[in-house]
Amino acid sequence: MSRVVIDPVSRVGGHLRVEVEVPGPVASDAWVSGTSFRGIERILTGRDPRDAWLLAERICGRCSGIHGLASVRAVERAFGIAIPTNARLVRNLLAATQFVVDHVLHFYQLQLADWVDLGSALRADAAATVAFARAHDIAGQPDAAYFERARDRLAALLSAGAAGSTGGRHPAYRVPPEAELIVLAHSLEALDWIRAVAHLQVLLGGKEPHPQTFLVGGMALAPAWGGPTRSAAEHPQVDHTTYPVLSARGLADVQQLIGQVQRFVREVYLPDVLLVAGYYEEW
Amino acid sequence: MTTDDGGLYAALLRRGISRRAFLEFAAAMTAALALPAAYAPRVAAAVAASPRLPVVWLRGLDCGGGTEAFLRAARPTASELLLDLLSLEYHETLMTAAGEAATAARAGLASRFPGGYVAVLEGAVPTADGGAACTVGGRPFGDVAAEVTRDARFTIAVGSCAAYGGVAAASGSPTGARPVSGLVPGDRLVALPGCPVNTDNVVATIVHWLTFRQLPVTDGRRRPLFAYGGLVHNQCERRAHFEFGEFVQAWGDEAAQKGWCLYKMGCKGPETYANCPTVRFAEGASWPVQAGHGCVGCTMPGSWDAMLPAYRRLPGIVPLAPEVTIDQVGQVLVGGVGAMTVVHGAASVARARYRARRARSVAGPTAAATPRPEEPAPAVEPDPAEPAVEPTPAVEP
Repeated sequence: MSRVVIDPVSRVGGHLRVEVEVPGPVASDAWVSGTSFRGIERILTGRDPRDAWLLAERICGRCSGIHGLASVRAVERAFGIAIPTNARLVRNLLAATQFVVDHVLHFYQLQLADWVDLGSALRADAAATVAFARAHDIAGQPDAAYFERARDRLAALLSAGAAGSTGGRHPAYRVPPEAELIVLAHSLEALDWIRAVAHLQVLLGGKEPHPQTFLVGGMALAPAWGGPTRSAAEHPQVDHTTYPVLSARGLADVQQLIGQVQRFVREVYLPDVLLVAGYYEEW
Repeated sequence: MTTDDGGLYAALLRRGISRRAFLEFAAAMTAALALPAAYAPRVAAAVAASPRLPVVWLRGLDCGGGTEAFLRAARPTASELLLDLLSLEYHETLMTAAGEAATAARAGLASRFPGGYVAVLEGAVPTADGGAACTVGGRPFGDVAAEVTRDARFTIAVGSCAAYGGVAAASGSPTGARPVSGLVPGDRLVALPGCPVNTDNVVATIVHWLTFRQLPVTDGRRRPLFAYGGLVHNQCERRAHFEFGEFVQAWGDEAAQKGWCLYKMGCKGPETYANCPTVRFAEGASWPVQAGHGCVGCTMPGSWDAMLPAYRRLPGIVPLAPEVTIDQVGQVLVGGVGAMTVVHGAASVARARYRARRARSVAGPTAAATPRPEEPAPAVEPDPAEPAVEPTPAVEP
């Protein structure tokens, strides 16, 4: 067997096929192809440039909003439009949030199975894992019950077909089972953490994925009205329970959510990346 | 091979989630399904007793937005969905296996899951050039999807690409993209359009199945009425400003700061059927109109042609809500008694044309034996291409 074909390549954003020519111990040639094509460039041709970002954004749901942002900026540059400072700040917040969540999702949901083995993590001893967490200064210093619960939940993953082969541990895995269990337990926490990120993205973008507040020339979010208003009694049908995100109250929510997002990145994600990377230094 | 581990409730109890939190979830789902609150205990009991439901999720001509929305699920959370409620048997973006091992995970589904499994299709089906625009394991996506949905208990088409063709089928598309409705018998398909789909509607559909062992009531395009039975405009929190004639006239103006109606900025809420204003996104945190941008009609067929330009009003009239009379609409929109006659006439013609087409589509191959409630008449004629009701011979099983 000199030609190895991997199709579908899983845990990538789109559809991917890899073919490798393997005459001996060293691969001699390789072909990588995306196996999905929509032709968005052609769909965009001839459309109103103010609408272009809505279509460009749909290029990728994982890199949510980023192609839309690139599109409005391209149109603004073409027409020489300068955007207001507030719009720039909101765009930067949206882009930075996406930048952060994308890193975390890539690590825990896409790459992690290449570095740690779910099967051997399930055989890790909870007490030994606690000792390992102590020795490596893992955030929160979880107890044995935490790891037992995580192990129970991860076992459910292994019983599903998506987990793949349940055969023996591949010799290329180098992370000890205790560290595997710690990182996989954190991958479950990451799924819950995404709620905070999604909340932040939805406040600024209206929905997520595919935020819908970009405009050529600025952002659709308006600051809260500071002038006199009619009383609630005069407008009985108007919903007074919501408040704009660009108000003192809305921005306090944003600040609180950013803090929540940052805490997880500093205390859980970055230490986990460093922990795993330590076992694969040449990569 | 269905994992019978006592269901969601038992799993949540093991994790220290209280009965109260579980009942709150059941109540939220009951509300999302537009069921009377009295149904909440029945929903809770059904979900609590259900074994994990096997799910096979396939991606075609898509952007992965439906998957991303799913990972951001909050009611229940994505981890609860993936570990406690569902058993994900196949999903190229989330599965460990690749290549032949991945292909093996969707082999022999009918015999592996005698209790049934659910197929989820995300993305459109290319039909040009033999389906070359999207292949999985070297085979056209349409063939793989037909294989997987054939034995599925039911199929959920998540997002507008699967439901209508979506972006992939917008004018100028070179791929001949079609909705998945050509692959799945109508009575086993639920279409949840949206760009992306609202995950609450996906979960609610599954919960409806677990509770009643049948699919939710749908319209002629297989969209559940609990989610797509009402106009965005009629459920909108800014609706009162429309009634008062209070409109945003320019981005960032005083009216925008006061949160007035976005109708004149091109909002397609009056033409769009969806529950975005009530369910919203991220646990009800917000939705596009609340954030200040008009609806772009992404849950409607052919929206990337019929609903654009996004920032101009469509040449149509606002459909009438029960509380609005034709006089009010006439005063707001045209301000003249003479024009009212014209508007009224145009609406009648549109309705007659719509009824005629609906009669044709009901007689078509996708019509099921079960009676369906009348689909609300859209104010704007859908895209004449009508992808959802066209048979697609190239990809039919």
